[in-house]
Amino acid sequence: MNEITGYERKDGRFGIRNHVLVLPTVSCVNGVINRISREVSEAVCITHAHGCGRGGPRDLQILFGILSGLVHHPNVGGVVLIGLGCEVSNTKNLLPLLKDARKPVEVFNVQEDGGSLKTAEKGAAAAHRMLAEIRKQKRVPVPWEKLLVSMECGGSDAMSGVTANVAMGSVSDWLVEKGATVIFGENTEMIGTAHVLARRAKNEQVAGEINRMINQAEKLTRDTMGNLASLVISPGNMDGGMSTIAEKSMGCIFKGGTTTINQVVGYGETPTEKGLVLQDGPGYDGDSMAGLAASGSQLMFFSTGRGTPAGFPALPVIKVASNSKIFEAMKDDMDVNAGSLVEGKPLSGLRSEMIDLMIRVINGEETRAEMNGMDVFTFMTVNPPF
Amino acid sequence: MKDNIIMIHPQDNVAVALRDLTEGEKAAAKGIDEFSVMEKIPASHKIALQDISAGEEIVKYGETVAVSTRDIKKGEWVHTHNLESRRWKK
Repeated sequence: MNEITGYERKDGRFGIRNHVLVLPTVSCVNGVINRISREVSEAVCITHAHGCGRGGPRDLQILFGILSGLVHHPNVGGVVLIGLGCEVSNTKNLLPLLKDARKPVEVFNVQEDGGSLKTAEKGAAAAHRMLAEIRKQKRVPVPWEKLLVSMECGGSDAMSGVTANVAMGSVSDWLVEKGATVIFGENTEMIGTAHVLARRAKNEQVAGEINRMINQAEKLTRDTMGNLASLVISPGNMDGGMSTIAEKSMGCIFKGGTTTINQVVGYGETPTEKGLVLQDGPGYDGDSMAGLAASGSQLMFFSTGRGTPAGFPALPVIKVASNSKIFEAMKDDMDVNAGSLVEGKPLSGLRSEMIDLMIRVINGEETRAEMNGMDVFTFMTVNPPF
Repeated sequence: MKDNIIMIHPQDNVAVALRDLTEGEKAAAKGIDEFSVMEKIPASHKIALQDISAGEEIVKYGETVAVSTRDIKKGEWVHTHNLESRRWKK
C-alpha cells in the first residue's frame, strides 16, 4: 500500500507531523526557549545564533525568510514566537510575513511581557494550550503531489556517491514518477557539473539559472578560499578515489536522480513547480538543511559515510549510511544501510526497502534522529556581523 | 563469484572497486564478464572496464568526469596519474 497520510493545512499544504514550534526571533532570548523546553517537552523548541547584528539586504532577506519559512512549515501546527523587542527581526517586523500562516501563532516579547521568567511562563502556557488544541486534528490521506522531499548529503566518504546517493537518486526518480517534488541544494557540491545539470533543465531559462548558480558558487569559492579553492576536492577525497571535482560532484548530485530539472529556487524559497527542483544553497549541512526545511519540505533523506547524527527540528530526517562499518558503529543514528549494496543486495531491493520506510515515516513512524532528538538548527549568513 | 566492483551506469567505462583489489585476481560485477585486475587498486578507486586511449573521456555516472592522459588498459587503475580534469586545472 502506497497510501500516505498527514495533516491538512489551511494554505493547501499537508504536514506529515503536527508539531508546536517554539521559536526565538533572536539569540538573546535562547534562555527563555530553554526554560520553555524543560516545561513543555512535547513542543519543538529551537534556539539559534541569529536575529540581530547584521544589516545587509541579503542577510535580512535570509533571516526573515528562514524564520517565516519555519512558521509556515506544513509540519508545524502552531507556533509560540518569543521575541526580545529591540532586535532586527523583532516580532513587529516579522508579523506582516506571518499574516497568511493561517495557524495559531502566539507572540511574546521579553521587554514587554515582564522579563525572561514571566515570558517563559507565558510561552509555556501558550505551548500547552496549543498542544491540547492541535491534538484534536486527525490525519487524512495526502496526495503524493503534495509531498516535497529533500535530499541532503554530509560527512560524505568515498562510498557516498557509489552507494547511498545512488540509492537516494533511485528513490528521487520514484517520487517524481509519483508526482511528488524532490529538492536538493549544496551549490558548492555542484561545481564541475553545470553542463550535466543544465542539459537536464526543462528549458533555456532554467538552464541559464543553473549555470548562473554554479558559476557563482565557483567564483565565491575561489574568491574566499584563494589558492585553497582546489581543496573543494580535498586530498582526502583523492585518497578515496575521486580524481576530479566533476567526479566528486557527480556523486553528490546523483542523490537527486535523473529526471528533468523544472526549477531553481533561492535559499529557503518554496518551489512552485513539481518534479525535480534545485535550491541555490550552501554545502554546509546545517545551513543547507535549514534552507531545504524553510522551503516547506516535509521529509528529508540524508546520506553520510563518515557518520553525522544531525537531524532537523519538526522535520523527519532519514539517515542513510554509505557503508556497513559506519552503519554498525552508529547503529542508533542510522535508518538505512546502503552499504548493503556492496554485500550484494540489488539496488532495486534497497530502493523498495527505502520506499517502504519512507511511507512508514510519512505516516508517523519516528526516524532515528527524531527518536534521539538530534535536532540541528543553524542557517546561512553572507556578511560579517557589525 | 561475489561482486568486487560496481558499475554505476551502463554507459560507464570505469567501475568502482568495492574492496582492495590485487594484481591477477578476477574483477566481477553484475551485467559484465569477469576480467583480470592488472594492478593493485585501492577500495573505492576506479578500474578501467575497457581499453581507453589517450585523450578519451572517462565516463562514470553516465557522464564525462575526466579525460585520460595516456592509454589505459582494461583492468588498470584509473586515477590522477593517468587522467586530468577538463576544468579546475591548477
